[in-house]
Parts: sequence; C-alpha cells; structure tokens
Amino acid sequence: MSTLPLVALVGNPNAGKSALFNALTGARQKTGNYPGVTVERHSGRFALADGSPVELVDLPGSYSLTPTSPDEAVTRDVVMGQQAGERRPDALIIVVDAGNLDNHLRFAIELIGLGLPAIVALNMVDLAERDGLTLNAQKLSKDLGVPVIPTVAVRKRGTEDLRAALTEAVRSPATSPATAAARAPADVRSTARQMAARAIEAERPGRKITRVIDSVVLHPLLGPVILFATLFAMFQLVYSAAEAPVDLIEGWLGLLSDAVRANMADTLWRSAIIDGAIAGVGAVIVFLPQILVLFAFILLLEASGYMVRAAFIMDRLMAGVGLSGRAFIPLLSSFACAVPGIMATRTIEDPRDRLTTILIAPLMTCSARLPVYAVIIGAFIPNSSVGPGIGLQGLVLFGLYVAGILGAMLAALVIRRTMVPGKSLGFMMEMPRYQLPKLRDVALGLWQRAAAFLKRAGTIIALTTMVLWALLSFPQVPAGSAKSQIDHSIAGRIANGLEVVVAPIGFNRDMALALIPAMAAREVAVSALATTYAVDAQDEEATEQGLRERLRAGWTLPMALAFLAWFVFAPQCISTIAVVRRETNGWKWPVIMVSYLFALAYVAAGVTYWAATALLG
Amino acid sequence: MQLDILPLNRTARISRIHWSQLSEAEGHRLRCLGFDEGVEVEPLHRGWLLFRDPLAVRVGRMTVAIRAAHAAAIDVEAA
Repeated sequence: MSTLPLVALVGNPNAGKSALFNALTGARQKTGNYPGVTVERHSGRFALADGSPVELVDLPGSYSLTPTSPDEAVTRDVVMGQQAGERRPDALIIVVDAGNLDNHLRFAIELIGLGLPAIVALNMVDLAERDGLTLNAQKLSKDLGVPVIPTVAVRKRGTEDLRAALTEAVRSPATSPATAAARAPADVRSTARQMAARAIEAERPGRKITRVIDSVVLHPLLGPVILFATLFAMFQLVYSAAEAPVDLIEGWLGLLSDAVRANMADTLWRSAIIDGAIAGVGAVIVFLPQILVLFAFILLLEASGYMVRAAFIMDRLMAGVGLSGRAFIPLLSSFACAVPGIMATRTIEDPRDRLTTILIAPLMTCSARLPVYAVIIGAFIPNSSVGPGIGLQGLVLFGLYVAGILGAMLAALVIRRTMVPGKSLGFMMEMPRYQLPKLRDVALGLWQRAAAFLKRAGTIIALTTMVLWALLSFPQVPAGSAKSQIDHSIAGRIANGLEVVVAPIGFNRDMALALIPAMAAREVAVSALATTYAVDAQDEEATEQGLRERLRAGWTLPMALAFLAWFVFAPQCISTIAVVRRETNGWKWPVIMVSYLFALAYVAAGVTYWAATALLG
Repeated sequence: MQLDILPLNRTARISRIHWSQLSEAEGHRLRCLGFDEGVEVEPLHRGWLLFRDPLAVRVGRMTVAIRAAHAAAIDVEAA
C-alpha cells in the first residue's frame, strides 16, 4: 500500500464524478475490488499544485450517508474510516452538479459535517449556464465553510484550481465531526435549498434541450419505436461490424495452432496446447469484438443519458413480471454475453430485483449460441421464403430469441413469487440531462470492461477447457483399435450414462456427447459434433458443410428441433455459473439457477421432440 | 390532488407526502430524489400508450422517473 495522502471523490450519481476522476488522473487508473463485497474500487494518482503526488479514489455515487445499496454502503464506510482495506481519506473532493444544487447540496452538507478537509467541485457549470443559471461560488463557499471550485470536468476546466485548493486541504488536519452530522434530515434538506437559492444570482429561461429531446424519445407512440429501432441497429452492428475482426482472430489462432503443430512432436503435450489451451483461450477471445461493439453502444447510450430513457420505456413491461426498468440494461448486455450482463446488475439497488435479474440473464440469447443455431438451422430448416424478405431460417432464429425472452419473463414471474418474494422498490430514477459523450471517457470505460471480461471469463474458460480436454483425451485409445478416441475417453463413457437420461427427449448418444464439452462454452458443441462425426476438413466452412450432411443423415427433424430447444434454455456455460457464484457470494443461487435452467431445457426439448414427432409423423 | 393525476406540464407544489403509504426504503429514496413538502413539481412525460406509467416528473431542477403508484402518495396544490 502506498502512503501517499488519500483523497476521495464523493458525490451524487450524475454529478460528473467519473469524468472529473478521468480528468484528474488521466489513464493512470487502477480498478480493483473492496474485500468481501462486489463493489469495484477505482483509484488513480495525480500531482497537486506543488508537485507532490496523491492517491485519488473514486467512491460510488450516493445520495446520502444512509445507504440503500452495497455501493452506497462502501461510500459511507470509506468516508467514516470504517471500510476494510481502505484508509480513512485525508481530504474529500465533493462533486456537485451546478445545475442541481438544491438536491446535491444535501449530501455535500452531510459530508462536510464529517470534519474531513473538503473541497466542493461545482461541476458542469457550463451546462448550468446553458440552463440559464448564474452562480456565485464565493457565496456558496461562505455558506458551506469550504472552498468551492467551479469545474467542467469533461473539458478539464477548473482542475488546476482544484489541485491548488487540495494542496492546502491535504495539509490541514481533520476536525471533530461538526454539528451538521447530528442535524435532523429535514433540517439538512431545507438548509440545502436555502443555500442553493442564495448561490443562484440570476435565473433566466435557458435552453430546454433535454425537454425537447425527451418530448420525442419519450413520446407515448414514437418513444418505443425509436427504442426498438436503436436496439435493432445495435444488434445488426454487433453481428456485422464484429464479423471481420472475429475472422481475423480465428485466422491468427489457426496460424498459432499450425505453428505449434509444425514445431512439436505429436505428443499429448502438443494436443494439450492446441486442443486445450489455444482452443480454450481462443473461445473467449473470439467473442471480444462483439462484446466491444456492444459495450461501446451501451457506454454511448449511458454517457449520453439515453439509457435511463430506455429504462423508462421498458419499465411498464418489466413491471409485468415483477422487475423494474433498471433490469433492462443488464439484460441487454446479456445478449452479447451473460458474464458482463450479470456484472452490470450491480447498478440495481433493490436486492430482490437484482437477484431475479441475475437468475434470468442466462436466458437472453448470447452470441455463443449462434454457431450452434447456425449449424442446426442450416442443416434442417430449408432456405425457403415465407414472405417478401422473410426467410424461414431467419424466422426460426428469431423464434429462438423470442423463446428465450418469453422463458425469461416466465421465469422472472415465478421467481418473484416463490424464491424471492416481497415488494421491491419499484422504479425511481434520476433522469440526467443529455450530454455529448466524451470519446476519451467512453474509450476508458470500454478498456476497463474489456479487461475485466477477459480476466474473469478467460481464466475460467481456459481452465475448464483444459479439464474437458483431459476428459476427452484419457484414457488413450490403444493403438490399432477401431474405436475413436472420444468413444474411448472418460467423456465418452459419461455420454453413455447421459444417453439414458436424455433419450426420453429424443437425444441420441452423439448429442449427449456434444453436451459435455459445450459446458465450457456452448459453441464448442459444434466442434464436438464435428469431431464425433469424424469430419475431416481443413477450414471451418468445409467443416460446417460436411457436418450438415452428416447431421441430416444421422438426425431426424424432431431431434434437431429438440436440440435447438435445449440450447435456448440450458445453462451451458461454466463462466456464467462462476460469475453468479461471485456476484451472489455463495453456491446457493448458482445451484438454484443451474437446476431450474436444466429442468426448463429438459422439458422444452422433450415437449419439442414429442410435439414435432406427433405433428410430422 | 395527487401527483399521479396532475396534468402534464402543470406546475404544482407538494403539500403533503403520505409517508405511511410508502415503505421506509421507498420514502428514503423519494427524499433522496428531492421529493419533499414545499418543493415544486411538474409532470413532464408519461409512459407509453395506455399504460401512462411511469411518470417523468420535474422536481425542483431535476427530472425523476417514478411509478404512478408512488406518485399517488404525494399530495400537490397549485403553486
């Protein structure tokens, strides 16, 4: 641990805290975790006006010292000096939105009352001016008893003054908590409003950009249309823009495998490196382009202020199944991958809503299911047209997405009634003003999320593919035996046992075998089927072609449909299970999630198989 | 009149909040978002089509989304 003076950045959500953090520390940031809680700790370093370095920690946005979520509890505990793994800060930078003083001064007054040396950053003064406000920082400073520095974090305005004021602050000792801490909350609220009124020198009608945009995007008819058009464009871009980089990465991985193959003798070790390590880590990395595109979209929507509007529009639908509009953002991320989606549930402050959202997130059709869907649909669904511009194959794919969403809504309804009953907070959310997103802040956010994804999913997937590789490679098939390695392996033997279980839903042994490696990552089911059907092809396209023919010969249509239905619901991804364990701090909820999803998958596949068999004869 | 039936773009003042109709967490959160007796409010937007729920309400200088059910616990009078 460094012994530099520690400065904490505190303030309401939407006060522009993170932008100020970025403006002060630049790219010199570290993201970690507070021990025992799933709250991220963002810290960085910067130099004061006299050149001496300080450590800056960005605390979660909070409305008061009475916390309503784990994030807000960390903020309170840090400023009170009670957070494990954190020193009590030597000084506070309290960030307030200049255009929203009546609300943000409440928390500022509470914080100043703690007695730590403090500086108020009167942030977003440019937007306040745009709204027609003329503020007097000196008057506010006199009322609050601490320095008040006007800033525009996104343009780095005021950061020099802030550094100068902090140089003084970190040298001054903390005083004992003042009377404000003991003040009645109602008193703090009215004091805040009075101070805000005094600080505002003039108010003329400003530009109403936010109101004008809102009257369009929150229009009772147009609003949902705009939202769904935005989402449609996003999904198009996720799959089209990511295609080229995905091909590129797959090409590199192929080259790497070839290089290893050329330079190593054909031993078990070579197989472990190629089929275990490279295949496993590669399985994670190929998702990175899609996840980056999706995250970029989500970050832009968040930074501009539109995401809250999307939550507003979706709230009524979510309320129907016992959730709130807040669950919309994590569920949206889950369409790329459930891992970052589940991590994003941290912003849901109601614990019941959060848990329910985590449990249904795996039902959103993530990108890992696409390769499986593509192969099966390509093999069994004729490429015919059912209407102008609507292909049957596309319709089936759309149907699988819808099946996942409907399944999730049904599951949420049941979960909210049985496993996590009770009234939730409902939907109460601040709707910030619209802002042009700062490219730098979006890039930084993108980098942090991508790194977190690679670290968490990468280590887990790499490990599990190694284990699965071992299951598929041992015991070794004796030389000269007619049996294939997979049949002879532990995994092959497990599949024999599994076949008994999945036979009632129409699965044959090969399908059972494909389900085992698919536990690491769903799309591995495709390569597992290819291996099982001994498709010997050089490139992926030929593999798919060959596989399609073998599948058509070996499976019936009801079997194929049952296999698709299985993949809509089955929790086949160890990284998701691991992330759920982490986010819920225990094994109880991941076990419940896995059981209900497997049960759902089993029933759905069975119903599909028998219904299709009856209908198709 | 309650806030949930106040017409759009009509400014009013909160005369009373029926805290007893709200859970402790809901009340705390409402106060955090600036709802308090004497504060000026103005409904700006409503949810889509027939639902008319949730509401976007201007509270002082801030805009807040709340559900009609919570807005029904807030009495308002002409400003």
